Amino acid sequence: MRRAAAILLLAVLATGLALALEAVPFGRAKTDVANHYIRKGVEETGATNLVTSVVVCYRGLDTLGEVTILFIASLGVGVLLFGRPRHGGRGREEASAIVATGARVLFPLILLFGIYVFLHGHLTPGGGFQGGAVLASAFLLLYLARPAQTVSRATLGAAEALGGLVFVGVGVLGLIAAGYFLNNFLPKGQPNLLLSAGVIPVIYVAIGVKVGSELVRIIGDLVETE
Amino acid sequence: MIVLEAILIAIMVVAAAATSVFKDLVSAVVACAAVSLLASVLFYMLDAPDVAMAEAAIGAGLSTAIFVLAIRKTERYER
Repeated sequence: MRRAAAILLLAVLATGLALALEAVPFGRAKTDVANHYIRKGVEETGATNLVTSVVVCYRGLDTLGEVTILFIASLGVGVLLFGRPRHGGRGREEASAIVATGARVLFPLILLFGIYVFLHGHLTPGGGFQGGAVLASAFLLLYLARPAQTVSRATLGAAEALGGLVFVGVGVLGLIAAGYFLNNFLPKGQPNLLLSAGVIPVIYVAIGVKVGSELVRIIGDLVETE
Repeated sequence: MIVLEAILIAIMVVAAAATSVFKDLVSAVVACAAVSLLASVLFYMLDAPDVAMAEAAIGAGLSTAIFVLAIRKTERYER
C-alpha cells in the first residue's frame, strides 16, 4: 500500500515537473537580463568569465549567503563531533607505498591547481568555490596517504575567518567608496589581464581560502575523531 | 553527440536507481559518486565548465569522502 502510494506520488511529481519544464523556452529566446549580461558584462565588470561576473558582481550578495551556508554546515559537523576524543589517526592501517608516494608528488600540484583556479576565476572557468574544493581534495589525499596526519585547527580557523573578513570588508569598502554593498570600487583595468576586474580577484581569493579551509575542517573533524 | 549524451543519461538513471536499491551503504555512495561524475561530464558537454568543475570536485570527490567517513562512524549495512 505504502509502496503504491509512493509510486503514484512520484508519477504525479514527474508529470508536474515535465509539464512545467516544457513551458520553459530552453536555449531559444534569451531574457533581457541574460542579453544584458552577455552584451554588457565584460564592459561593466571587467571579467571575461561571465559566470564569475554574475556570481561575484551582479549576484554578489547571494554568494555571501552561499558562503555562509557552507560555514554553518562546517559548524554543524564541528558541533556534532564536539567533545569526541581525537585519536589523530593513530592505530589506522598505513597507506600502501603507491598511495603514499603518489600523494607526496600530487599534493603540491593539486594545491597549485586549486590556487590557479581561484586566482584566475575572472579569466578562465572556475572560481572561489571550485578552487577551494580542489584545495580541500588535496588535503583529503594527504589524509588518505598519511593516517597519522593532523591539520592545525587554529590555522584553519584563522584562514577561514580571514577569508570571511576580507569578503565582508571588501563589501563594506564598496559601500563606502562606491555607494552600495559589494560594489566594485577598484579600477577595472584591461580585460583578460590577471590584475583586472577590480575587486573580483580579491573576493575570489577570499572565497577560495574560506571554502577550502571549511571543507578541510569538515573532513579533518570526521577523520581525526573517534 | 546526442547519442553519447543519451548513453550518459541512461547510465546515470541506472546508477541513481542502484543508489536506492543497494543495502550496502558504501556501494550506494559509490553509485551516487558515479551519478555526480557523469553529471559533471554532461555539464562539460553542455558548455558549462564552471559547474562541471564544481560538480566533479564537490559532488564526485569531497561529498563521497564525507559520506564514507560518516558510514565508518555509524553502520555499513541498511537494516
